[in-house]
Amino acid sequence: MNEVLIAGFYVFVLAAFLGYQVISRVPPLLHTPLMSATNAISGISLIGSIVTAGAKYNLTSTILGVIAVTAATINVVGGFIITDRMLKMFKREVKPAAEKK
Amino acid sequence: MSAQTLLIELSYFTASILFILGLKGLSHPDTARRGMFMAEFGMLLAVIGTLLHRDIVSYEWIIVGLLAGSTIGIAMGLWVPMTAMPQRTALSHAFGGLAAALVGVSEFLRHGENLGTFKVTALGFEVLLGGITFTGSLVAFAKLQELVKGTPITYKGQNVLNGLLFASAVVIFIALVLNPGHTALFYAMCALALLFGVLLVLPIGAADMPVVIALLNSYAGLASAATGFALGNNVLIIAGTLDGGSGFILSILMCKAMNRSITNVLFGAFGSATATVEAGEEGVMREVSLDDVATQLAYARQVVFVPGYGMATAQAQNAVRELANLLEKRGVQVKYAIHPVAGRMPGHMNVLLAEANVPYSQLYELEQINPEMPTTDVAVVIGANDVVNPEARDNPKSAIAGMPIIEVDKAKSVIVLKRGRGKGFSGLENPLFFKPVTGLLFGDAKTSLNRLASAVGEL
Repeated sequence: MNEVLIAGFYVFVLAAFLGYQVISRVPPLLHTPLMSATNAISGISLIGSIVTAGAKYNLTSTILGVIAVTAATINVVGGFIITDRMLKMFKREVKPAAEKK
Repeated sequence: MSAQTLLIELSYFTASILFILGLKGLSHPDTARRGMFMAEFGMLLAVIGTLLHRDIVSYEWIIVGLLAGSTIGIAMGLWVPMTAMPQRTALSHAFGGLAAALVGVSEFLRHGENLGTFKVTALGFEVLLGGITFTGSLVAFAKLQELVKGTPITYKGQNVLNGLLFASAVVIFIALVLNPGHTALFYAMCALALLFGVLLVLPIGAADMPVVIALLNSYAGLASAATGFALGNNVLIIAGTLDGGSGFILSILMCKAMNRSITNVLFGAFGSATATVEAGEEGVMREVSLDDVATQLAYARQVVFVPGYGMATAQAQNAVRELANLLEKRGVQVKYAIHPVAGRMPGHMNVLLAEANVPYSQLYELEQINPEMPTTDVAVVIGANDVVNPEARDNPKSAIAGMPIIEVDKAKSVIVLKRGRGKGFSGLENPLFFKPVTGLLFGDAKTSLNRLASAVGEL
C-alpha cells in the first residue's frame, strides 16, 4: 500500500459516482453519441502510449508504443469527428425551407 | 515539483474537468455539441502536456503514430455511414483495448522483476481487460459487418470451456501477483485473455449486440482506468472510469429493455436453443393492399412509426421521412416509437432517423408512447419484430417473457411492413402478425414506403 494507490482509489471511486450521476442523465436519444464520445475520451490512454513511444526504453517498447499511439489516436480523432457528425443531425424542429430539398 | 511537472499536471487536471463537463453537455441535444468541444479541447491540452514529459527523448515515432492514427481516424470519422455505426463502435473498442494492453505489456517489459505487487496487479487488470476487449470487439465487429454469421455459434461444453479458461486466467493472474517478475506467466495470461475474448463473444447473436457492445465499452474503459493505476496517472483513471461506467450503465439499460440478466445474454446463446420451442400458434395473416394503407394513413389523426433494424438494412429511413412529410402536410400527427434495443447498438435508431432529418421532438421512448397507443389510428411497424411481440407481455412461457414492448396491438390499426412470411431475427413466432387488427404489407420496406408516399400524394 502506498499513497499513490490510495489517492488513485479515491479518484476512481469519486469518478465512478460522478460518472453515474452525469451519465444517467443522458437521454436514450443520445446513447449512440454518448458511446462514441466516451470512447473518444477514453482514448486518453494516448498519453500513456505517447510516453512509451517516445521514451526509448528499449526497441520493443518503442514499437508497441507506436502501435498504441496509432490505435488511441484513431479513437480520439475518429471518435470526436463521428460524435460531432451525429450531434449535428439532432434538430428539435426541421425548418420548412430545409425540407424542400 | 518542477515547472514542467506542474504544467503537465495542470493540463491533466483541466482535461479531467473538461471531460466531465463535456459528458454533462450530453444530457440535452442543444448543449451536446458545445460539451464535446470542451472535451476535445481537454484532450488537446492533455496531449500537449504529455509531450513535455521528461522521459520523452525523441519525437519522431510519436509523430508517426499521431499522423497515422489521425489519417485513419479522420477517414473513418468522415466516411463511415450511420448505418455502420455499430461496427465502427466495436472496432474502436478493439483499438482502445489494444492500446491499453500494449502499454501494459511495454511497462511490464521495462520494469520486469522490479514491479511491486500493486503495479503488477494494475498491469494485470490492464492487460486482461485490454486483451479481452481487443479480440472480443474484433469478433463483434466481424459479426456486425457480417464477415462471420451473426447467429450464435455454439458447441457442446462451451460454457464449461469458457469457465475453465477464465478460471485459469485468474489463477495465472494471482500467481503473477505473487511472482511479479515471471515473464512466462505474464505472456500466458495475455494469450488467455485474447483467446477468452474470442470465445466470449462467439456464442452471442447479432440481436444481442447492443448489450455486448455496451459491455465491451465498459471493459475498454476499465482497461484505460487500470492503465491509469499502473502509470499513477489520475486523468487516465478518471476518463477510463467515466467510459467504463457509461458502458456499464448502458449494458444494464439494454438488459432491462430485454428483461434479461447479463449472465443470460453472455452465456444463454439466445435464439439457438429457443428457436425450436413452440412452432405453434398458426393463424391467418391478413394481407392489405397498398391503396388501403395509403387511405388509412392519409385520413388518420395520429400515425406512429415503429422502426427496427430491418429499416436500417433496407435503408428506408429517408423513405419513412418522405412519407411522414406528406402526412404532416395533410395535418396528420406523426410520431416515432423507439425501443431501447431497436437496432444493433444503444440509440442507433435515433441517429438513423435524425440523419433522415426527423426532428428529435418526434422521437418517443417506449414509456412515453405506450399510453398513446389506444388513441393512435395507425401504427406502422418497419422491420421490427421482437420489440412489438405481444408474447412478451401475454405469454409468461415465452423466451422473451417480460420484455417491455411497444404495444402497437393496442392501436386502432397496425400495418406491418414485412419482407416475407418468415419469422423474425430471433426465430420467435410473433402473434401480432395474426391479430385481426394487423394488416401485412409484403415487400421491401423502402419500395413499399416510396409507393405509399406516391399513393398518399395522389389522394
